Amino acid sequence: MKKYLSFFKLRFAMSLQYRVAALAGVVCQFFWGAMAILAFYAFYETDPASFPMDFQATATYIWLQQGLLAMLALYGGTDAKVFESIQNGNIVYELCRPVSIYSMWFANNLANRLARALLRLIPVVAVASLLPAPFGLMAPPDIATGLLFILSLMLALWVVAAFTLVVYNVTFFTISDRGVRLVSVSLSDFLMGAVVPLPFFPDGFRQFAELLPFSCMENVPLRVYSGDLAGPEMVRAILLQVFWAFALVLIGKLLERKALKRVVVQGG
Amino acid sequence: MIEVSHLRKTFRVARRDPGFKNAVKALFRREYEEIHALDGISFSIGEGEMVGYIGPNGAGKSSTIKVLSGVLTPDSGVCRVDGRVPWKERVKHVAQIGVVFGQRSQLWWDVPVIDSFELLKDIYKIPEAAYRKNVDELTQLLDLSQLLRTPTRQLSLGQRMRCEIAASLLHSPKILFLDEPTIGLDAVSKLAVRDFVKKINREQKTTVILTTHDMQDIEALASRVILIGKGRILLDGTLDDIRRGGEQIDETIAHLYKKYDI
Ligand SMILES: Nc1ncnc2c1ncn2[C@@H]1O[C@H](COP(=O)(O)OP(=O)(O)OP(=O)(O)O)[C@@H](O)[C@H]1O
Ligand SMILES: [Mg+2]
Repeated sequence: MKKYLSFFKLRFAMSLQYRVAALAGVVCQFFWGAMAILAFYAFYETDPASFPMDFQATATYIWLQQGLLAMLALYGGTDAKVFESIQNGNIVYELCRPVSIYSMWFANNLANRLARALLRLIPVVAVASLLPAPFGLMAPPDIATGLLFILSLMLALWVVAAFTLVVYNVTFFTISDRGVRLVSVSLSDFLMGAVVPLPFFPDGFRQFAELLPFSCMENVPLRVYSGDLAGPEMVRAILLQVFWAFALVLIGKLLERKALKRVVVQGG
Repeated sequence: MIEVSHLRKTFRVARRDPGFKNAVKALFRREYEEIHALDGISFSIGEGEMVGYIGPNGAGKSSTIKVLSGVLTPDSGVCRVDGRVPWKERVKHVAQIGVVFGQRSQLWWDVPVIDSFELLKDIYKIPEAAYRKNVDELTQLLDLSQLLRTPTRQLSLGQRMRCEIAASLLHSPKILFLDEPTIGLDAVSKLAVRDFVKKINREQKTTVILTTHDMQDIEALASRVILIGKGRILLDGTLDDIRRGGEQIDETIAHLYKKYDI
């Protein structure tokens, strides 16, 4: 266990080094967030009744989403080095050490996502909470909601990391990560509610999307925060997160077991 | 210590002729060629032995090392290292071995070398005292004191190789696989590495298998030489068996490759 903690610590420290990249990201995310909120505001103005979320909740959703992008978006947190090591065969050294590749990658992924989020979340939250209502980031309705949000956020982090590991392990079979990447990014971005929040999806399709692991990656914690998701509905959503947290780890580990048996380390 | 018999590994390699037209053709019909990287290899190596494993490019040396270190599963054949089947009990097996692949890097690229060492200490669960002692000794023998606090990406090839070798020895492995460990080293470093390998072999009875294209490495280190060509063992003996009076070692080996047509 200690070794995975060490992987986590080293990786966390390494990711914290990229402060300039984070700054550029923050500026970009701030503008993106502002534009999205203004666009939603235009819709809201024309017909408030057909708006599935309260406007303040929508703005809060968008700000948090921008602040947490580095943590919860599938590709922001993936490690290009992992794909490289599979493609050029540097994975041999990983395999030559007494570590579980799965646990090592998982620890690295959690560390990377947390460090990147730390650098971006604070400035975005600071600025967004200074904005006037209803455009700014509001505080959660009460402390209990805040705590539930943190719980749900950690589960979301776990789910997205476990999904990342599934993507990594699929790459063992395909060697090139291009196809896997294209499919998983477009699918996950859309289905997790990163393009449009899930409550805006049409009925029927929305219920289906809410059952998928992607909804557990972003949609659930952000809606818990704003109070949009509460009561038994929220309990169900959090249980679904727990389910996917286990299921995706299981799938990833099974894939890895298969992959390591037949993997051919590239290069001589 | 190491028992290998009738080891086989065949790779399917996609081949195509050059040019755009053929690239498009290959999208629809791929031609595969079977390469017998290991074509029934057998040898056995005792504890504390130091063996030079030589052969021309593409002979199957690295593939053998990969099988022995548990990262490549052979198609058939038996292999036991210290009583274990490497690819079946990978994690237990690799805790006992040290590996250097001269053409790759095992150090974490963005952090100072010493951070990589500290991480390896946790990975192998090396006790603090043993770790200190090994780092001090390796630092002195491989002349690393100036390098340890530099990020890996800023080291020259030879400087990095010295750190790589040290990294593989931090946990005092019982068996050491060195795949071209002297690549890129200057004369002084080469001598240091050779002396060092000799020393751990003598003092700690470390079993060493070494592949290299530098025949001086073999002369300096290996009493026993195994020659592999096209995936088969062609010769297993001492350097004196191969030597022909008065010739340079490189000429002797070139002659040997020609004789076996490899
Ligand atoms: N990952 C791989 N996929 C397909 N073929 C491979 C792979 N690795 C090695 N081979 C083939 O297996 C054969 C043996 O390769 P190997 O790397 O073991 O040679 P080697 O003796 O280490 O050569 P060198 O001295 O050049 O390092 C070569 O013909 C090579 O083309
Ligand atoms: Mg080789």
